Amino acid sequence: MMDILARISKSLIAGEEEKVGELTDAAITQGVPPKQILDEGLIAAMAVVGDRFKAHEIFLPDVLLAAKAMYAGMDRLRPLLVTQDLPTRGTVVLGSVQGDLHDIGKNLVGIMLKGAGFEVIDLGNDVAPEKFLEAVEQHRVQVIGMSALLTTTMPVMKTVVEMVKEKGLTGRVKVIVGGAPVDADFARRIDADAYGFDAANAVEKVKSLTGVS
Amino acid sequence: MRPVVRFLTDSLIEQIISEARTLLFRMGLEIHNDGILAMLSDHGARVDAENARVFINDDIIDKALEAAPSSFKLFGVTGEQTHDFAGHNVHFTPGSAAINILDARTEQIRKPTTADYVRYAKLVSRLDHLASQSTAMIPADVHERISDSYRLFLSLMYCHKPVVTGAFTIDAFNIMRDLQLAVRGSEQALKAKPLCVFSCCPTAPLKWSDVTSQNLVDCARYSIPVEYISMPLAGFVAPVTLVGTLIQHTAETLSGVVMSQLTNPGTPVLYGGSPAIFDVRYETTPMGAVETQMIDCAYNEIGKFLGVPTQAYIGLSDTKNLDAQGGLESAMGITLAALAGINNISGPGMIDFESCLSLEKLVLDNEICGMALRMTRGIEPREDFPSLPHFEELLRDGHLLISKHSRKYLRDEHYFPGPILDRANRARWKEEGSHPLAERASNEVERLLATYEPSPLPDDVKAELTRLMEAEAHRYRMETLPHSSL
Repeated sequence: MMDILARISKSLIAGEEEKVGELTDAAITQGVPPKQILDEGLIAAMAVVGDRFKAHEIFLPDVLLAAKAMYAGMDRLRPLLVTQDLPTRGTVVLGSVQGDLHDIGKNLVGIMLKGAGFEVIDLGNDVAPEKFLEAVEQHRVQVIGMSALLTTTMPVMKTVVEMVKEKGLTGRVKVIVGGAPVDADFARRIDADAYGFDAANAVEKVKSLTGVS
Repeated sequence: MRPVVRFLTDSLIEQIISEARTLLFRMGLEIHNDGILAMLSDHGARVDAENARVFINDDIIDKALEAAPSSFKLFGVTGEQTHDFAGHNVHFTPGSAAINILDARTEQIRKPTTADYVRYAKLVSRLDHLASQSTAMIPADVHERISDSYRLFLSLMYCHKPVVTGAFTIDAFNIMRDLQLAVRGSEQALKAKPLCVFSCCPTAPLKWSDVTSQNLVDCARYSIPVEYISMPLAGFVAPVTLVGTLIQHTAETLSGVVMSQLTNPGTPVLYGGSPAIFDVRYETTPMGAVETQMIDCAYNEIGKFLGVPTQAYIGLSDTKNLDAQGGLESAMGITLAALAGINNISGPGMIDFESCLSLEKLVLDNEICGMALRMTRGIEPREDFPSLPHFEELLRDGHLLISKHSRKYLRDEHYFPGPILDRANRARWKEEGSHPLAERASNEVERLLATYEPSPLPDDVKAELTRLMEAEAHRYRMETLPHSSL
C-alpha cells in the first residue's frame, strides 16, 4: 500500500498526468481508502513540489505540470470522497483594472492559482470596479485579485477597496493587488489586504488570506 | 550556426606569419639552454653559441608544424574524457598562479594558504562550466621550491578535473611528472590520456630561459601537453600596433612549436599566450583592455590557420575588488574568447591583472562561461517549422508554459544561471533581503563547498601522491606538509 502511494507521489512530482491517473485507479482497486490516497499520495507530493519551487530547484512549468497531474488523481477520487473531505481552496475573482489592457501578469496569477487548487473567475482586462463586486455577489468569492501595469489605472484599485467596505464585505472578502508599478506600500495605503510581488508570491498570499495551508 | 568572431583576414594572417618567419631566420632568438641549441643545430638551424642565439629556417618550421597535432583530448583523474581541443570547441579553466587571494570576509588581499587552495580545488569540482582546474594560487605556507608541485598535488587530491599547471624550476618537473604517473599508473597510460597541460613562457622579446625551454622539452619527452605563453607587451617590449605585436607573438610561439616537435614529433601543444597592451599612464599590463582581448582572439586565428589548437589568458580583470569593472572586463573577454573559438580559455576568478584569485569572482565568472557556452550553441530551429500549430496552441491555451514543445526545449534553449545572478523583480529582491552581488557570491561559494563530494580518485592513489609529496618536502627540510593537519 505504501508502495503505490509513494509511486503516485513520485509521478505527481515528475508531472506525469496520465500515470498519476492510472496509479490512482490502481490504488482504488487495491482498496486504499480514498482519503488516504488524497492526503498521502497527492497533497503530500504537491507540498514537496511547492518547497522545491521555492528553493529554485524546479521551475514554474514543473509546478503547473504537477498540478495537472494532481487533478488527474483528484478526478478519480472526487466521486468516492465525502463532501467534507474534498479540498476546497476557495474562489478568487481576478481582473486587470479599468483602463488597463495589460493582462499577462494577471493571467499568470490565474494559471498559478488554478494550479494550487483555487477556483478562478477571470474577468479579463479593463474591468470596471462594480464588475468585481457583481462577481462577489454571484459566486462565493473569498478573494478579489486586481492587477495594473499603468500608474494611471492604479487608483481604480482604491475604488474597489472602498466599495468592498461600503458593502460591508470587509473581512469576508479579501483584496490582493499586484502589477509592475504596484508595491507593498501602495497596497497598505489603499487598505488592500495583501500585495503579491509575483505570481507564485500571489498564490502564497491568497493561501494565507484564505487560511489554506 | 555556431557564431564565430574574426579580426583578421586570411591574407593578413599570411603576411603576419611570413614576417614572423623572417624574424626567426634573419634576427633569430635567444635560447639559454645548450642542449636545446645543440638539438636545433642538429636539425639544421644556425647557432651562435656565444650569444645563445639560434636562427630558424622555414624548413624546420614547416617540419614542426606538420608534426604538431591539430587536436588532442584531456582526461580527468579517473580517466573520463573532459576536453576535446579541436575546431572551435571551447573549454574554460581558472586563471593561474596568483600570489594573492581576495578574502571575502575582510575584503583584503592576503597570501594564500593550503586551506585556501583546498577550498579552491573543491569549489572548482562543483563549477559546471569550468572543464579543468588550474593551479590558480601559490600557497605561501610551504617551501618555495615545492610551491609549484604542491599545488598540483592538492589539485589532484581534491578535484577530479584535469589540471592546467606549470613548473617553476627544471627540477620540479620530475615530481610533477611523478604525480601524474601515480594517477595514471604508467607512462603509456599518461600518454594515452593526458591529465595536465604545462604552461611554458618565453620572455619578450624573442627569448627562452633555461628553465622554461627545458620544461617544454621535458614535457615533450613524456608527451605531456604544453601551452606556449608568449607575452609581448604592445608599445613597450613589442611594437605598439596590434599587428606588430601579433608578429612578435607568432615568432615566439612558432619557436616553441619547433622545440616541442623536434624533441618529440606529434607531442600535443596549444598555441597560447598572455599578451597585453602596455598602459603608458600606469605602467601596467591591463588584461581587461579591449586591445589585449583583440590580440588574444587574433593570434588564436593565426593558430587555427597553422592547424594547432589554441589557448589564451583572457577574461581576467584588472579590478581590485568584486565590482562592476570585474564583471564587465571578464564578460567581454569570455564572450569574445568563446565566439573566437579559443580552445582553452584561462581567466575565470582572476583579478588585479593576474595576481589575485577571488573564489567569489570564480563563481560569478562560471555563470559568464555558462552564458558564453550557450551563445556558442547559436540559434537553431527546434521543431519550429511549421510554426502555425504552436501559435494555434498559444491562442487556444493562452500560454505555452507547459506545451510539449516548451517542455522538450526549455532547458536546452534557455540557460538558467545560479542564484548569484539576480533576476527577481525588485519587490521580491527586497523581500528576500536585498542581498548585493558580493553577498550572493559568497553565499554561493559556501553552498557549493558544503555540498562538495570527495574526488573519486582511489585511496591507494591518494596515499601514493601523499607519499611522493612528503618525500619531496623532506628534500627541502619540511618535516610535515600543512595539508596533513587539515
